[in-house]
Amino acid sequence: MYRHRSSDEAVAVVGVGNTRYGLTPEYDAYDLASIALRQALDETQLSMSQIDGLIVNRVPDYQRFAEIVGVNPKYTLTTPGHGRFSGICIQTAVAVLQAGLATTVALVYGNNGKSAGQRYGGETDSYGSGGAGFWFPYGMTSPGAFHAMMMQSHMHRYGTRLEQLAEIPIAFRYHASLNPQAVMREVFDLDGYLQARYICEPLRLLDYCLINDGGVALILTTKDRAKDLPQKPVYVRSMAQRSQFIDSTFPPEDFWRTPMKEAARDTFSGLDVQQQDMDALMIYDNFSPTVLFSLEGFGYCAPGEGGAFIEGGRLRLGAQYPTNTSGGHLSESYMQGWALQIEAVRQIRGTCGPRQVPSARHVHYMAAAPVLTSIVYGDQP
Amino acid sequence: MTQPAMSKPMPEITPGMRSYWEGLRLGELVLQTCSDCNAVRFPAAALCPKCHSVNNAWRRFDDGAILVSFATFHKAYWPGFAREVPYSVLQVRLDAGVQVFSNWFGQPPAEPTIGMRLRARYEALTEDVYLLKFEPAG
Repeated sequence: MYRHRSSDEAVAVVGVGNTRYGLTPEYDAYDLASIALRQALDETQLSMSQIDGLIVNRVPDYQRFAEIVGVNPKYTLTTPGHGRFSGICIQTAVAVLQAGLATTVALVYGNNGKSAGQRYGGETDSYGSGGAGFWFPYGMTSPGAFHAMMMQSHMHRYGTRLEQLAEIPIAFRYHASLNPQAVMREVFDLDGYLQARYICEPLRLLDYCLINDGGVALILTTKDRAKDLPQKPVYVRSMAQRSQFIDSTFPPEDFWRTPMKEAARDTFSGLDVQQQDMDALMIYDNFSPTVLFSLEGFGYCAPGEGGAFIEGGRLRLGAQYPTNTSGGHLSESYMQGWALQIEAVRQIRGTCGPRQVPSARHVHYMAAAPVLTSIVYGDQP
Repeated sequence: MTQPAMSKPMPEITPGMRSYWEGLRLGELVLQTCSDCNAVRFPAAALCPKCHSVNNAWRRFDDGAILVSFATFHKAYWPGFAREVPYSVLQVRLDAGVQVFSNWFGQPPAEPTIGMRLRARYEALTEDVYLLKFEPAG
């Protein structure tokens, strides 16, 4: 379990930035990450030379990136472009700051997948244990198929219906309609959802995250430095990580509940806020069923009851657990968790405008995958 | 590895997996087992994931199985699969103790049910390379 023992050790997000999301062929991944970092840095009014820790995600070459932006950090890390890594990177930044390895850590992400013609399946598919190319001769490919099988199992075991699952993309699209930065903003209802074509049945086009270009950056520092900077600090109150690698080539029989339950316990035990105190949730939505499994696994509802839990709009703005208030990966943009991190920060800062959760003080980020992460952001150290 | 545009992806026959592929060609399920704790592993690997021993042997197993889950592709990720869309990929647990992905052998059942018993079938891809597929056992 990672948590600061005293509020003096707290770490805060002091700057966030993002590029336009969508199709930007004029920018490569380095450009997108640089532009996002520039915006985050502007928020802090620090100079680039004060960045002494750098964590790079998905941008192809961390050395080239550092050369472009002109930083020589004391701590450097590069990580693969897997969605599970945004949470891991933030947790690592917190640990690096608490260990005194750096004072001000920049986390950067740049993705020009749409312009580059990225497809998450077929010959270039690298999802899964060892890239899973072994199974290509059977036509097995793509994380979408993996999650489709998980949804099929959930439907069989618990009677979960696709009409219930639909609540997730419907809610997130509604949220995106309130977000000028979102790529997909046109709302749809259940009929609209059911008319969408199957990609890998039982999942439809509207259950799949977008593919688009964009860059995101965050700057984190310690509490004592954060208090002198212009933005309201948003603190990392608690965080946890678990994994389930054994048999991870195949959809997990327990829907990752075992590691999620442990991560939830690590996240909330001894914390002054619990699941029911969260003002908003940011749940990694590579596919809509992942949201369902996360709600069950992290203790928001009982195993198997996710369908009933989300029925009736519980995840919508104005309801009990506003989730992915930006529109998430399904409707805002697929930034592999990074845009959800900055949305959590903006909700607590109170800068979300029409999609603001009133008086948001605590936001829980969750990402369920063979490596899963959990982060609670809060307005107090 | 270049292939004709309309073909499906071919399996990569690696030295460590030669016993498995030879077994399929002969209509047999041959899998790597740990010589110390008898755990079965697939694909082949240097270490047993349970007891971490490097001692292993290849054994023949009964090829019964059950259907764990499935998904149906309405999109072809390779040109070679285009004519089969929609096609299903199965998640199968072999009685031998490991899981595989596979397809239906021949005509898919009208109503596949999770938990149904399956029978292995060995389908020739080429003269030398066979794939492991399944049909309902009932």
